[in-house]
Amino acid sequence: MRYLPLLWASLFRKKARTILTLLSIVVAFALFGLLQAVQVAFESGADAADAKRLLTTARYSIIEPLPMSYGRRIEQVPGVVGVAYADWFGAKYQNESNAFPVFAVDPTRYLDMYPEFTIAPAHREAFARTRTGAVAGKRLADRFGWKVGQKLPISSEIHPKTDGSMSWEFDLVGTFDADDPAVRGNTDMVLINVAYFDEARQIGRGKTGWYIVRVADSAQARAISATIDGLFTNSPDETKTQPEKEFALGFAKQIGDIGALVTRILIAVFFTILILTGNTMAQSIRERIPELAILKTLGFSDGKVTALVLAEAVLLLILGGGIGMGAAVAAMPALNGSTGGRFPPLFVDADTWFLAAAIAALVALCIGLPPALRANRLKIVDALSGH
Amino acid sequence: METLVEIRNVTKVYRRGRERIEVLHGIDLDIPRADFVALMGPSGSGKTTLLNLIGGLDTPTGGSITVGGRRIDQLSGGELAAWRAGHVGFVFQFYNLLPALSAQRNVELPLLLTDLSASERRRRARIALTLVGLEDRARHKPRELSGGQEQRVAIARAIVSDPTLLVCDEPTGDLDRATADEVLRLIQMLNREHGKTVVMVTHDPKAAEYARRRIHLDKGTMTAEPVSA
Repeated sequence: MRYLPLLWASLFRKKARTILTLLSIVVAFALFGLLQAVQVAFESGADAADAKRLLTTARYSIIEPLPMSYGRRIEQVPGVVGVAYADWFGAKYQNESNAFPVFAVDPTRYLDMYPEFTIAPAHREAFARTRTGAVAGKRLADRFGWKVGQKLPISSEIHPKTDGSMSWEFDLVGTFDADDPAVRGNTDMVLINVAYFDEARQIGRGKTGWYIVRVADSAQARAISATIDGLFTNSPDETKTQPEKEFALGFAKQIGDIGALVTRILIAVFFTILILTGNTMAQSIRERIPELAILKTLGFSDGKVTALVLAEAVLLLILGGGIGMGAAVAAMPALNGSTGGRFPPLFVDADTWFLAAAIAALVALCIGLPPALRANRLKIVDALSGH
Repeated sequence: METLVEIRNVTKVYRRGRERIEVLHGIDLDIPRADFVALMGPSGSGKTTLLNLIGGLDTPTGGSITVGGRRIDQLSGGELAAWRAGHVGFVFQFYNLLPALSAQRNVELPLLLTDLSASERRRRARIALTLVGLEDRARHKPRELSGGQEQRVAIARAIVSDPTLLVCDEPTGDLDRATADEVLRLIQMLNREHGKTVVMVTHDPKAAEYARRRIHLDKGTMTAEPVSA
């Protein structure tokens, strides 16, 4: 702390130059914070995945349905402790742009399978009891102003009713949420009771979209997956079972490899910052050679002068990185508001902060080390005589 | 009187490519404690080189330099830095203040290497500035001071850690006569009233008159016995 005024004064010796350099670092880290938030949001499904959950889908396409009778056979596989299932409804609310996931589920099995969803016991009970019941993610309900107890008219793009109509109506009997922000990104959906849906739909009765399987031991996940798929080999509806995380990552990659895209953008940004700030730092130290020589004259050791130059680079990155990340965090509410809830909630998680700190340290080292070594080698007599 | 600086058969050789330049040839010199010595001589005579050796900014090629009973020519770089911090104050022709720091912060710089608290560092810097008559300029940056004031801040920085030895390289070379006299009177006061041993390089015979002794160097050799003022 005793060297902070010296560091601060040295850093802001040329205010305009330092502020411009600082701004470029701020922008880089703000961009980093925002892009990482997007990546985290895209991968939130994988992050929220439970290692003890498997997904069983049709072998060749996720859109192919599987017989509901498979559930009983999967339950009998050793190591399986629970089975739930879900079917894609393909919903629109009021108009084309209000699309969101709606899954037809067995209420009790499904909510047991996802304990990370928080739901009031009364809502859960009402959902299980009401054949036309539906529960909605709280964020989604807030977005559309839905209230528990109201009718929920939604259209399906896939499933006509027995009367040929695509318009369905459910009773909204509850809402659910999640404490973990990563999981909350997966609550923007509506669950409907499969009992009513299966009876009222015109096609696909007795079939479901996929199974969610809970196993007792995650270490046995692959073996159990193979066993399940073995049960249905050579049947008309062969299956593909995989850990939930693998499934979620694969699904996200169908949209695009967001992670690779973000990484490439950030590499370009930080490489530019490295060149820019490295050049500025080197120029700044070059101009201050006589001042560094004076510090050595006064008794500052080579090591101490080296550390001061490095600390200057660290201070620059702490300031720029901190302000940039702070700006990214500050922008989140506005960004989340502007998406109208159509995108998983963006937030800067702890891992992003740690990664930002590591990048800042690495950049500081890269831009600070060359001038610091030059300062270390500086000979007082030569520097003071202008050589 | 007790000898503070003892120089024996000191040589200094610089190498520029293949060229070997011997700047000092076997210098012997004793400087008693509380002395005020002016090192004089033409450009290239080796007086600044000798001053740098006495102040521990450089090391001799041969011979020995003992200051306060310690062989400083045998110290490592780190030890020499620590020794300078504790025992030597430096005053240069062009002041060499850090432009980004206030006068107060410049004077505090040597104290950053001590264990003193921030408040104690501030108090001592304030005393040093008062001693050179600049207590009212403590918050000013160097560019807001005149040349004479800058040099007085540099002197305050040189004495703030209470060193035994003051090493001054052309301290009035950049000042007008009247201001130079003020600065020289200040250095003389530090020598006479505070017992600081002063070694000063100067071209200026008038400046040398403030010293107790004058030593002449020419082509790396002492040309005459020290002359007492």
